[in-house]
Formats: sequence, structure tokens, C-alpha cells
Amino acid sequence: MTALPQSTKTKLGLVIDLDICVGCHACVVNCKEWNTSGYGAPLADSDPYGVEPIGAWLNRVHTFEVQPDHAPASIVHFPKSCLHCETAPCVTVCPTGASYKRSEDGIVLVDEDMCIGCGLCAWACPYGAREMDPAEKVMKKCTLCVDRIYNENIPEIDRTPACVRTCPANARHFGDFSDPESEVSLMVKERGGIDLMPEQGTNPVNKYLMPRPKTNPEMELDENFSLADLATENTASAGGFLGWVDRALDRLG
Amino acid sequence: MHPAISVIFFTVLSGAGYGFMAVLGLGVAMPEGPLAAFVISGIAGVLAVVGLLASTFHLGHPERALLAFSQWRTSWLSREGVLAVVTLVLFAIYVFIWMATGKRYFFLGLLITIAATATVFATSMIYAQLKTVPHWHMRQTPLCYLLFAAASGVLLAAGFAPDGMIFTMPGSLLAMMELLIAWAVKVLWWQNAKKTTLAASGSTVETATGLGKIGKVRLLESPHSGESYLTKEMVHVIGRKHADKLRMIALVLGCVIPVLICLAVFLANTGSMWLLLAFGFLTAGLFAERWLFFAEAKHTVSLYY
Repeated sequence: MTALPQSTKTKLGLVIDLDICVGCHACVVNCKEWNTSGYGAPLADSDPYGVEPIGAWLNRVHTFEVQPDHAPASIVHFPKSCLHCETAPCVTVCPTGASYKRSEDGIVLVDEDMCIGCGLCAWACPYGAREMDPAEKVMKKCTLCVDRIYNENIPEIDRTPACVRTCPANARHFGDFSDPESEVSLMVKERGGIDLMPEQGTNPVNKYLMPRPKTNPEMELDENFSLADLATENTASAGGFLGWVDRALDRLG
Repeated sequence: MHPAISVIFFTVLSGAGYGFMAVLGLGVAMPEGPLAAFVISGIAGVLAVVGLLASTFHLGHPERALLAFSQWRTSWLSREGVLAVVTLVLFAIYVFIWMATGKRYFFLGLLITIAATATVFATSMIYAQLKTVPHWHMRQTPLCYLLFAAASGVLLAAGFAPDGMIFTMPGSLLAMMELLIAWAVKVLWWQNAKKTTLAASGSTVETATGLGKIGKVRLLESPHSGESYLTKEMVHVIGRKHADKLRMIALVLGCVIPVLICLAVFLANTGSMWLLLAFGFLTAGLFAERWLFFAEAKHTVSLYY
């Protein structure tokens, strides 16, 4: 049924730490790798080695530049997948009942055998979390690796979503947000985890942790400041052999 | 948003078909005889059915379309499907009695008018419900759909009516008024749509990424070097380039020409068949209008690109 559950027993989801993500796309690749042979139809690519490759991915990493008012700009790598929203607009628009939110753990899934491929759920999602499979013509989305997290045939350490398991920087964390003492809940509490586009009223379960300030945000940026100046001028404190080389070269004019 | 031809055909043609059914259901006098009843109601039915069939070309799995009648409790798309079929069945019964006995039952007709209106309303709500597309998420969106369906229906009815009369009013005059009201509301919608941007609805790349607390955000590198389903479907930009020209085409074909035809028919007090030509122009104008409805709409996903 496409009616949303009143409440869910647990609230499984991800915490994504934008301070740590290095933008390596390993989560993107491992997500595709696992899910192309896991839940539902394979994640197809059309024209994969051609001029216009296009395919279905459940997780994508964008790279943004953030320019504070009084500090140098910084780069933020931004992984984005389904946020498993509590009031998921993608679920209620589905005409067939293929889209649903599980009452036991809050995971939003698509029953691909019931999907007519109308694409309305993808339009209803503000985040671009759903993509039509180019070959199978059904809607694909993050399953939170529902076929891993409860899978007793794989070692316990692997019972987390593929993206979390593979992240070399530990920027992704999986857990139950309904438990205030869970690792993910504590992390969100400590770092002030945020919702994406809260104005859309979707109440996402997944939370994002903001980058820690890389420079003092209060620091006034000197108009004449340049990195090159640092390299050429700041040799006064140089001592030892390098200090001698510096002074010798200065003497040469 | 990507303007899919199938969806443009669906909304324009089924709108006209259900609009015509709604007007016929009111009991507007039509020529006598079962053949006339068959042809006239056939036009309404074919417009609606062709529109609905066009919509199935948009589906990845049209063979599972029956499932789409199940979720009417929550889904406007499902409600639209259910209402469309219920209206068609009621209309088929109405037409069968009309052809067999020459009688048109008032209450059944009224029920068809209500059901057909509800169908067009449900069609418009498929788009108007989407908070992700502020252009569409406006109160006037359903009003535009309803008024255009009514204009199509009144033009067709006035074209077929004996002496071109709709009840006690000249059909040409009624159609002209209906056309002017519909396009006035649409022009208002265009004005409002200009103001109803993503930013005005409170969504920016800063809220989309949450990075607004740190500073100004811009995309440095997109996730993939090529296109994706998301960019093709929701970050479509081609249609916006010719927006002003298309708006003129929509207004001339859909408003100016049909209104002039209505005026000529009204002043000449004859030749109401010409109103069917006006309907043809209106439909052509509505194709341009509907193309813009999709092409100009911006989705929140575009904030990430």
C-alpha cells in the first residue's frame, strides 16, 4: 500500500559526514556492484563504452565549492542517495502500490513487479534519489541494502549497506535513529546533523554532518594575501643549512 | 521538466474529451437521431480514449496498467485513472440509452458532468500536488486545466448544436467568453509562475546541500561526466529557449484565432460548424501551452546540477 505507516518500529538510515568524505566514489561503485546483482533487476547501463553512456545509479557524489564570506573557498564532496524520508512523497504518489515504506524499519522500497514505470515518484522526490532503469523500465532506488543488513549468510561485519562497508574514509555510518543511544543518533546529536531541504517537509531519516571549519571563519581575509608571498618572503626564521643557503643566495643578488 | 509528447497529448486530448462529455451531460440540445448521437458522443469518447492511450506510451510497463487503479486512497494518478474509467462507463450507458430511445437522462447526465469535471481535476492534481515543482504547485493550476477542458467542450458542443444554441444562449458567444476567461487565467498563471521560482519557495542549492550555513555554494563537478535519467527528465532546458515565441504561438492559435471565429459566427448568426475549426486551433494552441507547462517548470533536483 502506498499509504505511509503511522510509525515504524526502527528507523534505519545513514549518517554522511561531509567533513570526512574525500570524494573517491568508492561508495558509488560498490553500491552499483552490489545492487546490480542483488535486490530486483540489474542496474543497467546503456552505451556504457560509447559516446553517450547513461545508466541507473542509486548513489551519486557531487562536488561543490563553498565560499564563506571571510575565508578561502573550500571543496565539499557530497554523496547523495535515498534519504528514506518519514513522510516520503514518492510513496504516496505511486498509483500501483509498488512503492512502499516498511513499517518495521522505515526502509522505502519499490516492488519492481508492480512498477509500471510512470516516473511520478521520481518527480515527487526533491532529492533525485530515484532513477528509471534504462533496460528494465522500472524505478530503481537505494534499498539500504536490505539484502545485506539482515543477511545471515554473510559475515556479521558485512551486514551494513555496501556504501558504508566500502568507504575507506569512514564517512558513512549506518544505524537505527529510533534508538537515542545508537552510534548514529549520538553522532547526529554531537555534530548537529542536518536534514536536506527541510522546507520540503519530507523529514528525511538520513542525516548529514557539516564540514568542520577549515580556517577561522572570523579571520579577515587580507586583500593582498597570496600563497606565493608565503613561499617567497617568509624565510626570516630559516636556520641551519637551509638558512645558510637562503643567505648565500641572497648575497648573489 | 522534460516535455514528453505522450503526456502533452494525454492532458490536452483527454481534457477536451472529458470537457465535451461534461457539457453533453448537462443536456445541451444536439441534432436528432441515433447516428448524430453516435458521431457526437463518439468524438467525445475517442478524444478521451486517445488521450488515455497516449498516456500509456509514457509508461515503462503499460501491460501492468491495471494495477494503477488500486491506490486511489493516496495517489492522484490512481484517482485520475479510476475517475476516467468510471466517467467513460457512465457515458457509454448514457449514449446507449440516447441512441436507443433518443432520451437523455438528466440525473445520469449530471453525474457524468460531475465525474468528468472530477477527472480533469484529478489530471491537474497529478502535477499540482508536486511540491518539488513550485510552478505547478499553485492553486490556479487545476483552474487552468478545468477552464481549458470547458472551453474545448463548449466549442465542440456549440459546433454541433442545432442553430448553434447552447440552452438559450448563442454557443459562439458562450465559447468566446469561456475562451477569454480560460486564457486570462492562464496569462495570470504565467505571471505568477514567473514569481513562483524555486528560490521563492525557499529551496536553494544552499538548503539542498545544507552547506548554506558555511557560505555560498556552487557545483564544481557533477557526479558523472555524461547525462543521467535525472538530468534528462528533470533538468531539461531546451524548451525554455523559445519560451516567448511559444507563448505567442499558444495565444494566437489557442485564443486570438478561435475568438475571432466565434465572433464572426456570432455576428453572422450562422455557420456554427466553423466553431469546430476553432476547436482545432484551440487544440493546437494548447499543445504549445502544455509544452511550456512542462519545459518551463523547474524541479528541485536541478539545484544539485
